[in-house]
Amino acid sequence: MSDIEKAIAGDEPSLVPYVTAGDPEPEATAEYVEALAAGGADVIELGMPFSEPIADGPTIQNAIQRALAAGTTPERFFEIVETLDVDVPLVCMTYYNLLYQYGDRKEGSDYERLRPFVRRAAEAGISGLIIPDLPVDESDPLREACDEFGVDLIFVVAPTTTDERLEAMRERVSGFVYVQARLGTTGAQADVSDATHESLARLAEWSVPKAVGFGVSEREHAEEIVATGADGVVAGSVFVDIVAEGDADEGTVAERLEAKAAELKAGALDGADERSGKVTDGAR
Amino acid sequence: MSTTKFGEYGGQYVPEVLMPAIEELTDAYERYVLENEDGFMDEFRERLADFGGRPTPLQRADQLSERYDADVYLKREDLLHGGAHKLNNALGQVLLAKYMGKERIVAETGAGQHGTATAMAAAHLDMPCEIYMGRRDINRQRPNVFRMRLNGAEVVPVTVGRGTLKEAINETMREWATSVEDTHYVIGSIVGPHPFPRMVRDFQAVIGEEAREQIQDKAGRLPDSVVACAGGGSNTMGAFHEFVPDAEDGDTTLFAVEAGGEGLFVDEDEGVAPHSASLSSGDEGVLHGARTKLLQDADGQIVESHSVSSGLDYAGVGPELSYLVDEGHVTPVSVDDDAALEGFHRLSQVEGIIPALESAHAVAFLEQQLGPDGVPAGTAERDLGDVIVLNLSGRGDKDLESAIEETEKRDIDAAPDMGVFHE
Repeated sequence: MSDIEKAIAGDEPSLVPYVTAGDPEPEATAEYVEALAAGGADVIELGMPFSEPIADGPTIQNAIQRALAAGTTPERFFEIVETLDVDVPLVCMTYYNLLYQYGDRKEGSDYERLRPFVRRAAEAGISGLIIPDLPVDESDPLREACDEFGVDLIFVVAPTTTDERLEAMRERVSGFVYVQARLGTTGAQADVSDATHESLARLAEWSVPKAVGFGVSEREHAEEIVATGADGVVAGSVFVDIVAEGDADEGTVAERLEAKAAELKAGALDGADERSGKVTDGAR
Repeated sequence: MSTTKFGEYGGQYVPEVLMPAIEELTDAYERYVLENEDGFMDEFRERLADFGGRPTPLQRADQLSERYDADVYLKREDLLHGGAHKLNNALGQVLLAKYMGKERIVAETGAGQHGTATAMAAAHLDMPCEIYMGRRDINRQRPNVFRMRLNGAEVVPVTVGRGTLKEAINETMREWATSVEDTHYVIGSIVGPHPFPRMVRDFQAVIGEEAREQIQDKAGRLPDSVVACAGGGSNTMGAFHEFVPDAEDGDTTLFAVEAGGEGLFVDEDEGVAPHSASLSSGDEGVLHGARTKLLQDADGQIVESHSVSSGLDYAGVGPELSYLVDEGHVTPVSVDDDAALEGFHRLSQVEGIIPALESAHAVAFLEQQLGPDGVPAGTAERDLGDVIVLNLSGRGDKDLESAIEETEKRDIDAAPDMGVFHE
């Protein structure tokens, strides 16, 4: 079992917060990541900024632009990761072209071109990758490189994913499966979609843990997601919003990141209580 | 099943949420376009004729022919309804969306020609339509914005980044990801995930099919060369597709003329390429759902492109063109902004045809190779020959505002006296 799997499938429900590395500047990230860990994060997802983030909504896109403007290159991202002092596993979320172009080699098989990135990521302390524009059908070269360096490869399951594609993912996924709670791109939303219930039911037999994301911003969302049966909750835009606002009267960015993480974690714990309560009721 | 790739190029690199829509579209493409199920292609061809005005003429350009001592023929896509080749594809895709039972159209546009064509096709086929357009392009292309609105489309400004086509595509993909169940995204060029590059090419291939027949009627033989401008590459592949076997046989040379802008280099510190010549100078990478040649920095960040013509201003290019260039069947060349403006004025003056600034790049390539002061460069073994077909992809009315502005910045021989604007 990988570190990520252990962290998400542990005794209590887990929280996977996201921030974009280098937003608003590379120097800020370490403090934010430590605050998220202090707030109860079990795995932290770090965005490596790419200029064309087609799977992300405007909130994260703006964060990416700030990070790029502040000079957050892939190499700078790895340097940031190397400075982090947290004991939770880290996942890098980015887009395929950055993996493909990393390193000096500009030709060769996909596996050969992807290998330097994965090796560097593993050395820097990254435990898993989420590459939203790499479909499972094209993922074998990256899967091979990830296996070589002990890095998990996490896939996103959408409400629209077909059974055939689910099966392909099931064979290749490791760490956890990222369940997209609704259609669209990332972004904080008012409620958690019914699609979550259906998606979790479809993944019930999978051996990897399931974390649900897209639109999670409140304690109640986390509670509902975990009560529905998820092992973990992924939340991004709500944290990126806090970074975007900067220090405020209610507290510094780090203080508010920690408080928000603690709030969502508490919601997840409530959801677990609710779920075990339901199970007990059902057993009677 | 059709393959998703051209050699190593192409593929389907999109977020999972879009995959079912792409699979559904692939299925519809194979059934309706390739198999003509329910007579789809018959209806498409009929509407192209009656609504679109096909076939478009292949006209011998007498003055240009004399100037270059060659037979220069213009494929007049500027005479298609809406004033550009874009209608071929827009009509095909909106009709396909109807056959698929979709209820709504979204599209993105750079120069506005694709947006205009999509708005027209959507009005013609009674489909609601939203067009995403970069804020900067909205300012550069006001007449087209107004035409889209006239045809009942919503125009949604995209303000992120520099507000050009690249950002508009990102935004439309996001919108599609949210509404994928009832919405079709009409991609405007031979770019994006499979099946778009193939499907758009098939809808545009009518250009080359007609031209190949017409040139044999008029000149009695195949052309020595076919010349077309290349941004994303839809008019290029449309004009070339039918001639690819001739290119393989060595009978015809296919020239893709890219926007050389202000020079063929990339400023990595600024993240900007002052050109849009991805075939001539791009590196392989993945953008907007496809693997293709891209303008990017050493890290793989996509850089901002530039062209005096917003229709060519894109950091990528169709995967099929990348493949054909690697295979040696298409020759990429480029001309700069100044030369394109000269071409714009020259064709207007000598032939009475105001070309789109995109097409003016192709016109300029002829002057560069064959004109009195021309300096043929690097194409000695692959010259233009005696019979030349130039695809005039669109008319320049939409570009008049930028043409005035850009002409005033330069000293252009073929331009009229610009003093009239200052009296």
